[in-house]
Amino acid sequence: MKWLRRLSLLIVVLIVLVLGWVLFGRSGREPTPPGTSKVTATTLHDPALIAKGEYLATVGDCAGCHTAQGGARYAGGRSLATPFGDIPVPNITPDRETGLGDWSFENFWQALHAGKGRHGELLYPAFSYTSYTKVDHDDALAIFAFLQSLPPVHQPAKPTLLKFPYSVRKSLVAWRALYFTEGEFQPDPAQSPQWNRGAYLVQGLGHCNECHAARDSLGGTPPDVHLTGGQIPMQNWYAPDLSTRQNGGLQGWREQDIVDLLKTGQSARGVAFGPMAGVVANSTQHMTDDDLRAIATYLGSLPPRALPVAETQLFNADAIVRGGGKIYAQHCEQCHGKDGNGVAGVYPPLNGNSSVTEPTGINATRMILLGGFAPLTASHPRPYSMPPFAQQLSDVEVSAVASYIRRSWANQASVVRPDDVSKYRHTPID
Amino acid sequence: MRNRRSRLRAVRCLGSLLALSLVGFVAMAADQPSTPAHPAIPDTLQQRIIACTTCHGVHGEGTPGSGYFPRLAGKPAAYLARQMQDFQNGLRKYAPMEYTVRQLSPAYMQEIAEYFATQQVPYSRSPLPPVPATALQRGEQLISKGDPARRIPACASCHGNQLTGVEPSTPGLVGLPYDYISAQLGSWRTHTRATLAPDCMAVVANRLTDSDITAVAAALASRQLPADTHAQAAGSVTPPLPCGVLGATGDTP
Repeated sequence: MKWLRRLSLLIVVLIVLVLGWVLFGRSGREPTPPGTSKVTATTLHDPALIAKGEYLATVGDCAGCHTAQGGARYAGGRSLATPFGDIPVPNITPDRETGLGDWSFENFWQALHAGKGRHGELLYPAFSYTSYTKVDHDDALAIFAFLQSLPPVHQPAKPTLLKFPYSVRKSLVAWRALYFTEGEFQPDPAQSPQWNRGAYLVQGLGHCNECHAARDSLGGTPPDVHLTGGQIPMQNWYAPDLSTRQNGGLQGWREQDIVDLLKTGQSARGVAFGPMAGVVANSTQHMTDDDLRAIATYLGSLPPRALPVAETQLFNADAIVRGGGKIYAQHCEQCHGKDGNGVAGVYPPLNGNSSVTEPTGINATRMILLGGFAPLTASHPRPYSMPPFAQQLSDVEVSAVASYIRRSWANQASVVRPDDVSKYRHTPID
Repeated sequence: MRNRRSRLRAVRCLGSLLALSLVGFVAMAADQPSTPAHPAIPDTLQQRIIACTTCHGVHGEGTPGSGYFPRLAGKPAAYLARQMQDFQNGLRKYAPMEYTVRQLSPAYMQEIAEYFATQQVPYSRSPLPPVPATALQRGEQLISKGDPARRIPACASCHGNQLTGVEPSTPGLVGLPYDYISAQLGSWRTHTRATLAPDCMAVVANRLTDSDITAVAAALASRQLPADTHAQAAGSVTPPLPCGVLGATGDTP
């Protein structure tokens, strides 16, 4: 039925597209040149403002997307693969021809806050302005000052390779009507300043919801869906639900566990891996303890979740799990322990680990296939690692051992099927 | 053929893993006689880099039988560290390696490189495809004399008289499997293996014909090993081409 939903959404898009064309079909506005900006060059050269901006750009992990493999930081030059086609990631260094060299702060604010380019064109939401719209004016100014202080790098953007109708930029009028609400973060006076700071960081610059919430067939997150977990399109990792309360993805996590994971890459409850390993290494480990505590406070306030509907097993799960037990004893037990509790500070627990028990089984499957190092942080400069098993275990064996760890000890997740393993075995890395 | 090779690879890998787990088990048993629920994990680099040693071997011996996972033992440390950086930067393309080294710091990569560089493991022979004697002769010619008419330098002119490599950045070629050598030369031509510009090996690989690659890979893989397999001292060769990894700058000729 997914196609039906997709088709009807597509019809909605086309209708709104036509309407949008009629209503807003005029050509883009003239950009504000830096010379006429209300923000003076002196302001932008203020070292304190630049330092603040550098910290905020790190919090937002801007470099995470705006840097090509092996390329200069912030110089773009790569494409972001989406289910709708490839979207180029722009150069945000102050190069005049290929970067933000001719941008005024007003242009930058319009992009970050309203999702519009320098000429008023609607930006593709691969740039997460759905979150960045919450960033306040002062913080945006600091980030802009920092970006303008970078050495300019000449790096033209890659071509946009979107499929029709997504290739028609104006179709975004419809998308924005469905998924985008412009507006700065509004503090909740009933909550503590710490909670409000956490909410501001999580919902705004941290853009956590861009991965930690499910996207629908048009690539949007409905407005009421907040940090409930979701599969990351194309990358095929599952970003878990972030509630620490009943049935939450982080059920039982203390605030300290959240702070530990974000600061060191490891916690008593699990280790960051996949895309989150990069987020920790490049962004969260550099955040102040106050900001990390604020994030933990805010996440701790997320509501309990509904009990997930138990899946009907169409085949004999017990036989698969039994087979997985033998593989576990042979390959996994030495590090993760018979009891699945791991070794504190060295190997993560599998028992009660939200990444093991997340709804899809993708994370457990891919970890078994890929192995790899725990995130490299100031606290763990020489992390331990896990062997990749892709070369050693068949699809059936991986499904068996993944199912075993998902259904042992306190874990009660669904089994993983061999054809899923086959699919994730061939997911391109990055 | 491919199936057989991958099965062989799996068996080898499983074998090394079994050996590894046995080592771990013995170590554990020595520490704590009753098998504990929480195993004792040694605080060693070897333990930390299981992600590497699972395929490359605990001592970096590789999988000489299949030629798929190259030997790392005894290769110059700077060369090994450079390869990890090249994988990080996408100059060398192999998704599992790119994923594994993605987050590692230069200091950690250097430490890992030094670990493998100092391992002493006897070389073992790898299977060789049937190649005619004329191909082996051509290969030997390329190794020791090159082909001046086509501006192909001799392998030995950079990789050392005994082809055991040269400190700090030139790897040895002896003892490498046929499959590995021919695959790497192919990778340079298809841009899935590159390094700092000017990339002299890319120049050389592109001057070789397909049959040259077969010839030189077969000749290298069938060479007798010298008594001393250590890399030659730094500065003991003068490379005929500018190489970025050896500090040269500018474009390739």
